[in-house]
Amino acid sequence: MSRKSALEGHIKDKLQQQDILLMSHIVLGYPSLQANREVIRAMVAGGVDLMELQIPFSEPIADGPTIARANQAALDGGFKVREGLAFIREVVAAFNIPFLIMTYTNILMAYGVERFIDEVADIGVKGLIIPDLPLEQAQAAIEQCRAKGMDWIGLMTPTSVDERLGKIGAAADGFVYCVARRGVTGSKTSFDEHVGAFMHRCRQATPVPLAVGFGVRSAEDVDYLKGKAEIAVVGSAALDLFDQAGAAALEPFFRGLRG
Amino acid sequence: MSKGYFGAFGGAYIPEILHETFAQLTLAYETARADEAFWRHYIELMRNYSGRPTPLTFAENLSLAHGKRRIYIKREDLNQTGAHKANNVMGQGLLVRRMGKTRVIAETGAGQHGVATATMAARLGLACTIYMGAKDVARQRPNVFWMEQLGATVIPVTSGSQTLKDAVNEAMRDWVGSMDNTHYVLGTACGAHPFPEMVSWFQSVIGQEARVQILEQEGRLPDHVYACVGGGSNAMGIFQGFLEDPQVELIGVEAGGLGLAGHNHASRIASGKSTVGIAQGYKTCFLQDEDGQMRDTHSVAAGLDYVGVSPILADLHQQGRVRFEAATDVEVVEALKRMVKSEGIIPALESSHAVAGALRELPQLKEDAVVIINLSGRGDKDIFTIAEALGDAKWKTYIQERAAIYAAEQGERS
Repeated sequence: MSRKSALEGHIKDKLQQQDILLMSHIVLGYPSLQANREVIRAMVAGGVDLMELQIPFSEPIADGPTIARANQAALDGGFKVREGLAFIREVVAAFNIPFLIMTYTNILMAYGVERFIDEVADIGVKGLIIPDLPLEQAQAAIEQCRAKGMDWIGLMTPTSVDERLGKIGAAADGFVYCVARRGVTGSKTSFDEHVGAFMHRCRQATPVPLAVGFGVRSAEDVDYLKGKAEIAVVGSAALDLFDQAGAAALEPFFRGLRG
Repeated sequence: MSKGYFGAFGGAYIPEILHETFAQLTLAYETARADEAFWRHYIELMRNYSGRPTPLTFAENLSLAHGKRRIYIKREDLNQTGAHKANNVMGQGLLVRRMGKTRVIAETGAGQHGVATATMAARLGLACTIYMGAKDVARQRPNVFWMEQLGATVIPVTSGSQTLKDAVNEAMRDWVGSMDNTHYVLGTACGAHPFPEMVSWFQSVIGQEARVQILEQEGRLPDHVYACVGGGSNAMGIFQGFLEDPQVELIGVEAGGLGLAGHNHASRIASGKSTVGIAQGYKTCFLQDEDGQMRDTHSVAAGLDYVGVSPILADLHQQGRVRFEAATDVEVVEALKRMVKSEGIIPALESSHAVAGALRELPQLKEDAVVIINLSGRGDKDIFTIAEALGDAKWKTYIQERAAIYAAEQGERS
């Protein structure tokens, strides 16, 4: 049985005031940490409720082309994990929203898994999203996160059979990240009855809030998710907009997503 | 030890979306493996389509140059499409049929695996897409030409270092969106479970044959078996014939590139510079920096410049069963020249690493040593790369003349 985490409590409190929360995503070091500062400021001003900070990895197998390219560009620009963690410390102190770290297993391994979890929990990071570490392999890390008051965010996907959704749901803390469709991040998802049916299956599998990502790009998408999920996750769409129009465009974009 | 692990290595570190796909593949593989009729069918197909068993050729001149030492060459270059790759792709093709899928995707470095997969797809009537690093597309045009003629779509990958590892990531992205009708034909004994074990199983035909052949021809087992190691599938193939014979020394030869001092090589184990990590779905020894980012690699042979290595080989190394060496680009080109001139056999640059490793050690081996070199593929299809590596002036002149003719033709048309 999952325990109610501080993050879950925070999400539920916020839902007293609004229909759905918005979670955004940035790739650290893309195009620079200075640009990340401006982007985070614009996103928070635009009403973002939670934020995923992706630590770039050279082999981001779960990411689509937009985010994969940003990963590579950040690394080509000289991004180092240590500087990334110092940056995370800075933004956690500066902005009053929960921050989560998204990255791949090898980044934790190279740093030392236990050391990584201890340090980021102490910094005040609220959760970890590690898409290439399946539930079966993650037990020790999940326990350590719990001991440090941080949440390990599991993923549910449309290809997960009900039995597996149940396992992931039972182990879930904070919220579950639901992948709205097959495929990698960044392409268009059609938010229709298929997504609705999948959300229903996720809801049956866990009592924790549901976040939906992969292809959320417009106010209509977010509107569709109201009542079906607690959090809408916007990643590649914001990155595309940043590439085209810069950080200043993000504040009105996120404000507009609320419809 | 849980399923899919080899000592500390292996496993399945995959995005959740692929969980069921891997579960289905594992079941299909395990069922096929338990079905003797499947293996018989596979062997029959390889006999009639790929020319198996491939010969074990006595290298008479190389042997004469080394006293009483006797050197044999396992001729995987004589397979359909000219490399051991045929063994793996035809095996996976039969599995694709069992699973009822209609499309295959693959990644390729040197192009050998891409050509082999496109050939299998043509033969078995499957749609086929091949991902290839843009740099590899540029240096392996003849292979791209054949893949396209065989009906495959070749997609140049422009992300990352534009080589094999990036093609692997791109193929994985395709699969995440297409797994209902598509099978990812992984080219080597790497990746998430069950690929390392499954690919090794199909390649084990090399070692099974070699063992029978050497006993027939020599009346005894070899003392040393050399194979080149990129991902490690040809090495796993031949080594499996001798794993249970502790008196047979197994030697894997990695790409030493420009030398092991810097980072311009792909020697994961022999260099001692790799560390254990998890990437591309599995745990093994990777060439990575202190942050866990994969390094760019280099080899004259596109098929060997891979950043990881089969988890099974990593484990066999840790157990002390396989010794690892590296051969530099310079040594490899010399070994290629020697094999061509002394035996009339044209090895691929990849395979020439095994030849280089053996040639370096032959003078030190005991006087009546029996040696097998696994010649994983043939080199004539690599003519552009090899001619460049050899710095052949006449070839360059020929290419310039052809280019001038094409340019003139284009000028006339426009």
